[in-house]
Amino acid sequence: MTAKEKETRKSKQQDVEITGSEAVIRSLIEEGTEIIFGYPGGAIMPVYDALYDYRNVLRHILTRHEQGAVHAAQGYARATGKTGVCLVTSGPGATNLITGIADAMIDSTPLVCITGQVASHLLGSDAFQESDVIGISMPVTKWNFQITSAEEIPSTIAKAFYIAASGRPGPVLIDITKDAQFGRLKYKYAKCHKIRSYIPEFPVNKEKLSQAAELINNAKKPFLIFGQGVILSGAEMELQHFIEKTGIPAAWTLLGLSGLITDHPLNVGMLGMHGNYGPNIKTNECDLLIAVGMRFDDRVTGNLNTYAKQAKIIHIEIDPAEINKIIKADVALLGDAKRILRLLRLLVGKKKHTAWLKEFKQAHEVEMKKVIKSDLNPANPGLSMAEIVNKVADLTHNTAVVVSDVGQNQMAAARYSKFTSSRSHITSGGLGTMGFGLPAAMGAKFGNKDREVVLFVGDGGMQMTIQELGTIAQENLPVKIVIMNNRFLGMVRQWQELFFEKRYSFTEIFSPDFVKVADAYGIPGQLVKEREKLEEALQTMLDAKGPYLLEIMVEKEDNIFPMVPSGASVSDILLCADDVK
Amino acid sequence: MKQEYIISAYSENHIGLLNRITIIFTRRKVNIESITASVSAIEGISKLTIVVNDEKEKVVNITKQIEKQVEVLKAFYHTNDEMIFQEIALYKVPTQALMETNQLEKLIRQHNARILEITPEYTVIEKTGHKEETQELFNGLVEYGVLQFIRSGRVAITRSPIEKLSEFLKERDALLEKIESRGKLRSARK
Repeated sequence: MTAKEKETRKSKQQDVEITGSEAVIRSLIEEGTEIIFGYPGGAIMPVYDALYDYRNVLRHILTRHEQGAVHAAQGYARATGKTGVCLVTSGPGATNLITGIADAMIDSTPLVCITGQVASHLLGSDAFQESDVIGISMPVTKWNFQITSAEEIPSTIAKAFYIAASGRPGPVLIDITKDAQFGRLKYKYAKCHKIRSYIPEFPVNKEKLSQAAELINNAKKPFLIFGQGVILSGAEMELQHFIEKTGIPAAWTLLGLSGLITDHPLNVGMLGMHGNYGPNIKTNECDLLIAVGMRFDDRVTGNLNTYAKQAKIIHIEIDPAEINKIIKADVALLGDAKRILRLLRLLVGKKKHTAWLKEFKQAHEVEMKKVIKSDLNPANPGLSMAEIVNKVADLTHNTAVVVSDVGQNQMAAARYSKFTSSRSHITSGGLGTMGFGLPAAMGAKFGNKDREVVLFVGDGGMQMTIQELGTIAQENLPVKIVIMNNRFLGMVRQWQELFFEKRYSFTEIFSPDFVKVADAYGIPGQLVKEREKLEEALQTMLDAKGPYLLEIMVEKEDNIFPMVPSGASVSDILLCADDVK
Repeated sequence: MKQEYIISAYSENHIGLLNRITIIFTRRKVNIESITASVSAIEGISKLTIVVNDEKEKVVNITKQIEKQVEVLKAFYHTNDEMIFQEIALYKVPTQALMETNQLEKLIRQHNARILEITPEYTVIEKTGHKEETQELFNGLVEYGVLQFIRSGRVAITRSPIEKLSEFLKERDALLEKIESRGKLRSARK
């Protein structure tokens, strides 16, 4: 045993003086952290040195870029419900996190990001690798804090975990100066359960609860739409019981996917720009819209002037700032979706809305005839994204964790995947971050050892974070990568075709031979071009014990339909390109 | 319709919080007309008074976003007639102008202003009041040559008898206790 190891062993006892760096690691362990994603560098080296002694307790994944680390932490958090943790150095290390932090902020993902900082006496001196990460991250974090002395470390980390995961979750950032890492403190850890200026969750207003129940009991055509709030609050069962009792059809937003099983008879599909036909048009035909844990994103509402004007609106939401932000609610129920749905169920009558539900079925038949059928059985020899996603769903018996990137691949994955359990769909919703997919899939896999994790990614997004193949190879992480290559930035090209007179301005993109790239990392893979070989190739991929990359050439100029054009009403959803005026 | 609103936020006195709050305005391209940070009647709690000229909807939204900040306890918005408010202005004029005519003295009396300091070269005048009032005195002083002029941010107090925050602080303490015990229970179960 070296002298250093002896010292560490001694310090593992309580109430002994330890370094700030060791306090960082021990605080993370106290919070139940099992894995951190990171990248070392000058200003965080003391923490990395302390981590070395705890490497068997706290797993560290070395990504190839800090953006990879933060997206991986997001993927891990989204897949497990735990708080994702990343650890990086100052300056560029810290600024490279920003995209992921912004993504986590808008998609309400709990993260604790720890950045190293130059020594406190150098702050503001333009020291080497100094950047004002507190200032830079302020608009995209739920909370951030700079630690300049070792004593502040345990209490700040406790506070960070509490803030990140409570209420509406979000990313927090802690910036620790190098002298604070080197400094010593009497270590004692106490979890944080209260901050005087912060109320994460308000008590349910009983009066409003009965107002909501009355609206529900009197509605002829009630429609429930839900977002990630259902998943974040763990309200999946409460939601299912609520709709089963009231007979209300339910639709999910992109981030609400997998909050209810796909095949539930009351699940009528997805809302939004490329959502299903029924949920979109019925939004403007229902008499009561019950929005649960969602924030009326513009990709969901389309033109606000024509959105659900005929309906009464109940908004169940944990964040007071979301109430009446976009859509004015007739009854706003502030609080946790799980608790509210449980209470509300006791106040509503048992009902069946057979005729109303049938209207959704009829709309689905229209979509089936005009969109889904040809998506799944294309007339073109070129493969469609839909048939690939559908085949993967079949072969995995709808049990995989589906991760997607951004664009057409994302919409195909969302539309054609099927889910049998919650937290099975991970994508960048609010921010629409291309390059999110590959590192997020890594994070999801680290959190789901026993489940298949399949990534759908385009040729564009893949090249944004392709370096993470290195991480996957180093960890021999069995992520299954499906690149749907159309040699275009597909979604932008689709808009150019439909709304910019086919002026394909810089959307044709050259890609390397992805299979060869994978091979260079020691990751097996193959290229598929023909429909006949698709199933066998997918099966080979799924059977692989380690990672696998499958590149599939798809039809070059396919479009995703239905589509609510930007700024149009949800009633004016288009089913095919001929509908575009 | 755009009009003047006074936003008051009660917060912890922490480094960087002011920045967190002002970027909420920047992001929505709303100009801050004036801003004042001060202690409040409640120990350890700071109070920010921010004046904006905008539409109600936007002001409501901004107030909620301010209150959403972890270190803000509560934020309110008011129209001007709901509050009693003041600003303070300082004017520096050449003393010679004061000596040459009694008009300047009259002006100071009319505006209920007062003189803070007189030196052979300059005289410093102070006036508190609404912006229009301090502006009016400025306009009157211009012909005598204003060497320097400064107006403070607005300070404001509600017309209700107590600090608005204290009404709900007790309620809040009970709520926080409930949250804390629930949290402890949850982590004990783990």
